[in-house]
Parts: sequence; structure tokens; C-alpha cells
Amino acid sequence: MNNPPAPTCPEIFRAFFRIGVTSFGGGLVAYLRDEIVTKKNWMTPDDFLAALEIGQTLPGLNSVNVAIIAGRRLAGARGAIAAATGLVIPGVVILVILGLLYVRFRDNRDVAAALAGIAAAAVGLLLQVTLKIGAKQFLNPLDLFFVLLTFVLVGLYHVSLPVALFLIAPFAIILRRPRKEEAK
Amino acid sequence: MRELVSLLNVFCLLSLLAVGGGSAVLPQMEHETVTIHQWVTADDFATIYSLGQMAPGPNMSMVGLIGFKAANHAGMSNGWAFAAMLVVLLAFYLPSSFLTYAVSHVWDSFKENPWRDAVQRGMAPITIGLMLAGVYAVGKTASFNPQHSFHFNTLTVTIGLAVTAWLFLRRTNPAFLILLGGVVGWFFLRGI
Repeated sequence: MNNPPAPTCPEIFRAFFRIGVTSFGGGLVAYLRDEIVTKKNWMTPDDFLAALEIGQTLPGLNSVNVAIIAGRRLAGARGAIAAATGLVIPGVVILVILGLLYVRFRDNRDVAAALAGIAAAAVGLLLQVTLKIGAKQFLNPLDLFFVLLTFVLVGLYHVSLPVALFLIAPFAIILRRPRKEEAK
Repeated sequence: MRELVSLLNVFCLLSLLAVGGGSAVLPQMEHETVTIHQWVTADDFATIYSLGQMAPGPNMSMVGLIGFKAANHAGMSNGWAFAAMLVVLLAFYLPSSFLTYAVSHVWDSFKENPWRDAVQRGMAPITIGLMLAGVYAVGKTASFNPQHSFHFNTLTVTIGLAVTAWLFLRRTNPAFLILLGGVVGWFFLRGI
């Protein structure tokens, strides 16, 4: 095995910055994999999958969590900071510009109509992502029960999220507890 | 100043509650920022969320704009509003990042633990339920809003469902469809 030399923090920042600029339309994890595994050869596919598993299990955005883990593997704490800031900063700058334009032109009839269309389309996107990720859960009666319970409590009755999690999660996890016969 | 502390409190908590990604905290975020603290209107929230979908990078960076608007709403100067934006971004990204950084150190020791699978399988439907609640939280303003005419709502619901259906049928960059939604909105929703 001849590993490529460990990248420096500026190199890490540049690589993640490039993703931060080009990744229009979400699906960030795919962009990250392409850059880190395929182009730069900084992680093996298995290492990336392991990082993604941690990133999905813990709270926070999956993409930012993966950036933190990958950056840490490559160059420690400073690598993690370089990766996360590189990923986030371009989008923030663009959002500031969009936000200032919004504040300036929100009362314009044309802009308001376009924004209404954009918001309506964004809801459709979120619905599609939810249905796609949740396909398995919607088809399993027990999972569907927890999906609807969470939706009703948090979405309709505004039960506070930490309260809802502490009420529902223990039951949901216990019902999926490891069984003896499944253990090796 | 008090407003900055409130923003810090709300978004730090949201950061640590974002199980399964940022979309899971949308319903709670909408409730906190629109109904409880009234930092932004429901319309602003829906628009800011959709702006986040158009920008590259993590969509949830749009929380910064909520901080900006909250500071504006509290009568702060633009300088303070930018400070509020940074506070919200740091509050939303730092806590979960610290946690991930720390846990990735010790991950290998409980990777093989059978309960890890139970936690993931148990939390999955809760995440989906929260995302569905997010669709509702944004949709009740952006898609089916009682303040708009029936004709207007028919169009916004149609735009949303068309995007959903399209994405199931074709692999398309969602940013393109959202821009297209803007064009359709500009063309058809202007006069209503």
C-alpha cells in the first residue's frame, strides 16, 4: 500500500470549498464521496462509508458531520475545521446575497410571485426526499405507526422536540432491540 | 443582546436535536422562530427555507438568514444583524460538530455493539415523521395557505406535487426544478 502523502490544511480547505461552491441542489454526500474517495484518494470507500454511518447516527447535518470526520482523519482538529468551514462558507456567502436581495425586493409583485413558486417547489422537493428516504418505513406497519405518531405530536400538536424524542425514541428502540438469535 | 442569547439557546438545542439530518428539526424550528419568538413571519420562513434549497452547500445554512431577520425585527442595526447571523450559524453548526468530532474518536469501540443497529432502526421512522412534519410546517404557508385564494393554492400545490413526481421519474438537479418553480410562479401567480 502506498498511501498518498497526507494533505495539508489549505489543500483540505480548497477541496471542500470546491464542493461548497458547486454542490447546487443538495445530495451533498455524493459530492463529498466523489471528491474525497474518487478524485483525491484521501479515504477508501469503506472508510468513507464508516464516516457516513457516524455522521448519520449523530445529530447534525450528515454532510457537515462527514466533513468533520474526514478532516480529522486527514489532519486532526485543524483538518476538521478546514473541511467544515470550506464546505459551509460558500453557501453562506451566496445566501447572504440572496437574503439581501430578498429584503430589498420582497414587496415587488414579480419577485413575490417568483418566490411563491420557488417555495412551492421547495415543498415538493422536501416531500420527495422524505418519501424516498422513508420508503421502507412507510411500508412497515410498526415503523409507519412511529412515523405518524411523530408527525402528529411534533407537526400538529407542537410537542417540543426533546420531549417527543424522549417519549417516543425509547419505545421505538426497545422494539428493535437486538434479539438473541440474531447475535453471533 | 437578549435577542442574541435567545437565538443562541434555540439554535444550539436544534443543533443537538437534528437526528438524521437538518430536515428533522424543521417543524420545531418553524414553531420556535415563527410562533413562539416571532422572529420571522411564516411567509419569511417558507421563503428563507426555499432560498436555502437554491444555494450550494448545506441547505440548512439558511438558518443564518433567520438570525439576520430576527435582529432586524428587534430593531438592531445591520452590523448587529450580521453578528446575529454568525451567532445562529455557529450555534447551529458547532454543537453537533463537536459531538461528532468527539464521538468519531471512540466510535470503533461501539461499532460492533448490537444496540447500535437497534438505535438506527428505531430512530429511522422518527426521523421520517419529523421530515413529514417539516413538509407540513413549510407547506401550510407555501403550498396551501388559507390567506391565499383557492386558485393560488391550487397552483402552488400543483407546482409542489409536480416537482415530487418529476423527481421520482427523472434524475434531475433539484436546484433546476426549484428555479423552474420560480419561473412558473412569476408567470402564473403574479396576477392572483
